[in-house]
Amino acid sequence: MNMRARFTKSSLLAGAIALVISGAAWSADTIKIGDINSYKSQPVFTDGYKKGMELAVEQINAAGGVAGKKLELVTRDDNANPGDAIRQAEDLINREHVDVLAGAFYAHIGTALSDYARQKKRFVLITEALSDNIVWSAGNRYTYRLDASTYMLTSSLVDEAVKLHKKRWALVYPNYEFGTAAASAFKTLLKARQPDVEFVTEQAPPFGKVDAGSVVQALVDSKPDALFNALFGADLAKFIREGTTRSFFGEQLPVLSIITGQPEYLEPLKDEIPPNWTVTGYPWYSIDTPAHKAFVDAYHAKYGTENLRFGSIIGYSAIQSIAAGIKASGGKTDSESMVDAFSGLKVNTPDGPLEYRKIDHQATWGLYVGKLAVKDGSGVMLDYTFKPGNTLLPSDDEVRKLRPAE
Amino acid sequence: MDFSALLSQLLNGLAEASSLFLVAAGLSLIFGVTRIVNFAHGSFYMLGLYIAYSIVEHLMGSMGAAGFWLGLALAAISVGLIGAVVEIVLLRRIYKAPELFQLLATFALVLVINDAVLGYWGAEELLGRRAPGLSGSIDILGRQFPSYNFFLIAIGPVILGLVWLLLVRTRWGVLVRAATQDREMLGALGVNQAWLFTSVFALGAMLAGLGGAVQLPREPASLSLDLRTIGEAFVIVVVGGMGSLPGAYVAALLIAEIKALCIGLGSTTLFGIPVSFSKLTLVIEFLVMAVVLVLRPWGLMGKPQATSRNSAPVEAPLRPGSTHFKWLMGALLLALAVLPLLSTWLPYASVLTQDVLVTVLFAVSLHFIMGPGGMHSFGHAAYFGLGAYGAAILFKVLTMPMPLAFAFAPLVAGLGALVFGWFCVRLSGVYLAMLTLAFSQIVWSVVFQWEDVTGGSNGITGIWPSAWLDGTRYYYLTLVLVVSSLFLVRRILFAPFGYSLRAARDSALRADAIGIDVKRVQWLAFIIAGLFAGLAGTLYIFSKGSISPDAMAVGKSVDGLVMVLLGGIQNLLGPVVGASVFSVLQDSIMRATDYWRAVFGGVILLLVLVFPQGIAGFFQQLAEAWRHWRARAAVKAAALPRTLEKQA
Repeated sequence: MNMRARFTKSSLLAGAIALVISGAAWSADTIKIGDINSYKSQPVFTDGYKKGMELAVEQINAAGGVAGKKLELVTRDDNANPGDAIRQAEDLINREHVDVLAGAFYAHIGTALSDYARQKKRFVLITEALSDNIVWSAGNRYTYRLDASTYMLTSSLVDEAVKLHKKRWALVYPNYEFGTAAASAFKTLLKARQPDVEFVTEQAPPFGKVDAGSVVQALVDSKPDALFNALFGADLAKFIREGTTRSFFGEQLPVLSIITGQPEYLEPLKDEIPPNWTVTGYPWYSIDTPAHKAFVDAYHAKYGTENLRFGSIIGYSAIQSIAAGIKASGGKTDSESMVDAFSGLKVNTPDGPLEYRKIDHQATWGLYVGKLAVKDGSGVMLDYTFKPGNTLLPSDDEVRKLRPAE
Repeated sequence: MDFSALLSQLLNGLAEASSLFLVAAGLSLIFGVTRIVNFAHGSFYMLGLYIAYSIVEHLMGSMGAAGFWLGLALAAISVGLIGAVVEIVLLRRIYKAPELFQLLATFALVLVINDAVLGYWGAEELLGRRAPGLSGSIDILGRQFPSYNFFLIAIGPVILGLVWLLLVRTRWGVLVRAATQDREMLGALGVNQAWLFTSVFALGAMLAGLGGAVQLPREPASLSLDLRTIGEAFVIVVVGGMGSLPGAYVAALLIAEIKALCIGLGSTTLFGIPVSFSKLTLVIEFLVMAVVLVLRPWGLMGKPQATSRNSAPVEAPLRPGSTHFKWLMGALLLALAVLPLLSTWLPYASVLTQDVLVTVLFAVSLHFIMGPGGMHSFGHAAYFGLGAYGAAILFKVLTMPMPLAFAFAPLVAGLGALVFGWFCVRLSGVYLAMLTLAFSQIVWSVVFQWEDVTGGSNGITGIWPSAWLDGTRYYYLTLVLVVSSLFLVRRILFAPFGYSLRAARDSALRADAIGIDVKRVQWLAFIIAGLFAGLAGTLYIFSKGSISPDAMAVGKSVDGLVMVLLGGIQNLLGPVVGASVFSVLQDSIMRATDYWRAVFGGVILLLVLVFPQGIAGFFQQLAEAWRHWRARAAVKAAALPRTLEKQA
């Protein structure tokens, strides 16, 4: 070994020691949480999300922190692409020395972050990205996920679908993984419960580019008895307006629709809500459990009486989960301790208790399923029921088949 | 599909076509006269819709139904005025920059306008009012058809007619047509070009604004409309033929009808194979464009593009680097080499540099065909993506060992460039650029939808380098490969092949006359550029561990263009400087503020105004001026003793 190489090694070692020492100094009083999200690209969701996170951090710190340490939140924009998200993760780890990584709105970013976690053996909590792959086909030891998956969203509506006793179903969904996965889960689950069902047409317009007139026309022509929808955002607004104008929607056509009841997607529709839609969503305005009321009051006290988003409760529960995990690990924030602490971790959220399942690392995030209606000029969810997350997932045997063994 | 269903879908297509036509017509007019590829045209459309929303909400309270229609008109006029201001304040200052440079300015505008809209109107989608009197639907052969669509169907041809009259029957129109053919001559004849350009730009912007405004009852105003619209508008303009308004209408109609039919057909079975025509709408317009351009190189109704008498100075011949330059590069290389050793103090520097190096290689490969090759590519990300996906598929699906997959992956990109390049080099100018875009979108859509092999929209994960190449070692691998590639590209440009390539760019005819096979040289250049872009993609995927289709989407191609232009297209260092400045700026601004798009756009605008030759181009000019001055000083100094001698 020549001099230069030795010099390099010893300087690296010195650097590493300095890093460990300084790292220890930091972790003495605060625990840093680094969140990577599509703040710029998804402002409606992430605005509430960030507020929810900040509220939780404030409350936890006011109550003395976790394991004697205060929480600190650092957020980074991933520029809506996985490559940048990975770079931000490295920045958060190497420069900001965060203890816990969290985040991801888009499925492809969630998938990339979770793979990064596996490779680098870093604990990560995927907070929103819905792809089933994150906990199943691409699931790994270091990744946990908070929000209900695409499968759970779909399966929460299957009971309603069966109750309708409709034979001819049409499907419409955005042409990417979220839509195709939802459609295929819906078809499989409904077919299993109602073998005589017939899927008469499937429309998969490009995400953000739906030609609503033609799509509605094609759906009308297939003469369905009922419709399953996974469009959201601007696509949904366009689709609903066109469908209403063309008298496609009405009492005669029951529609089952995922995530439509989330305020992010419901509010822009104002009073355009068509009759007979059953949706999953987040009716924050009328949930009357004490835990949720306390959450809404605290939120309004901090931010004024503005509308909550679905992001608000996800962000809030994400911080609660991380705090619970750190508490369960006895204040140890290294990845292995966090991974072990999260396995089977029980967390109390404003929506009630949930558990990070040992078997696939998915949280049992519950869903509200109810009817849409117009109240005072804006859309609301009525007559909803809360479906706990553990009732929405397949049997353990099936999960074992879906998730590679470690 | 029965007859009445078909008819109904055709009517849907007609309604969709109108709005598209309005946007495309404006874009086409602006390009024809000013030769600006107006990237901000989609932003004008978006502004039209947002402004219409606000005005209509305001006016309908006080004026009722009239307020709605007045609101649409006022929105279009406001956007026209905004267009005029943009032209006067910004674009007028950079007409003398190299070709395409104005694209950079309009790209920055897209960022600024998007954030301005976010700041003023907020993030939530805004669904406008229904049109009073046209809110319902009409029964056509037993099907409900929205009555507002008849208004849309009418407005396209009406505007087409009005603009046509304006162009044919007015003096202004004569001037515009003259400017389209030869704007220098027009200037020489004493016509004030400045105001002509302003008025054309304002009219174009107004048409885009109108296109947005008439969508008010049909779709919500949202922040993603700008990029969505600009893509569609470009396709229509090119399919119709740049500068041809009837062409734009025909193209808009063609594409809207084909889309409507695809949706109408839905999912069916062809020859026993299930085919989803509905999913085909993701890419159908680009398929149409590729077919049209391959069959008709100037679009459906376009004419061969008149050679643009570019007002920028002609590019100087390339000169080998000076000794100073070599020392500077050596020092830079050394600095990059020691960077990982400083990770204690600069933990993020090598992380960022890793990404910057890959981006630099991508930009250099694009500059290779754009600058010395003279072929503008709007779809270069395809080769970056093919490299990355090639690596992923070889590694993951065919389970090749990592070094082998790494070595073969760039060849996949090269192969793609070989096939697409063959078609592309047969075109020139904007048509060539748009064909590269079409191919890139086709590849993107295949990757996006071929779930079994490419993982669909989520992509492929788990592509990490072998353990012996991990971490810092991978940084050095990247550094060595990128630096040797840059050296190699430079070497190629100074080899006889490089001279032939530049000769072919400067004058295809003369190059041909001295025995250069112009098409073959260009084709080879296309392949070389594809190979290097593929290498960049390969380096990228093994550093990130995963790849998804957005790495090869339009945005990535546009980023590449912006980097090349920012650095200076007429300078070999341009892409290196441009890519570095772009990446580092974006990274640091993104961290500093929530409104990073506006700040980033603002900085680019500033750079555009200060460095109309690009950053590297500007410093090259400085260096030349300095050399010139020194040479003159030296001559004077040498002359001085002689004068003294004479006097003595």
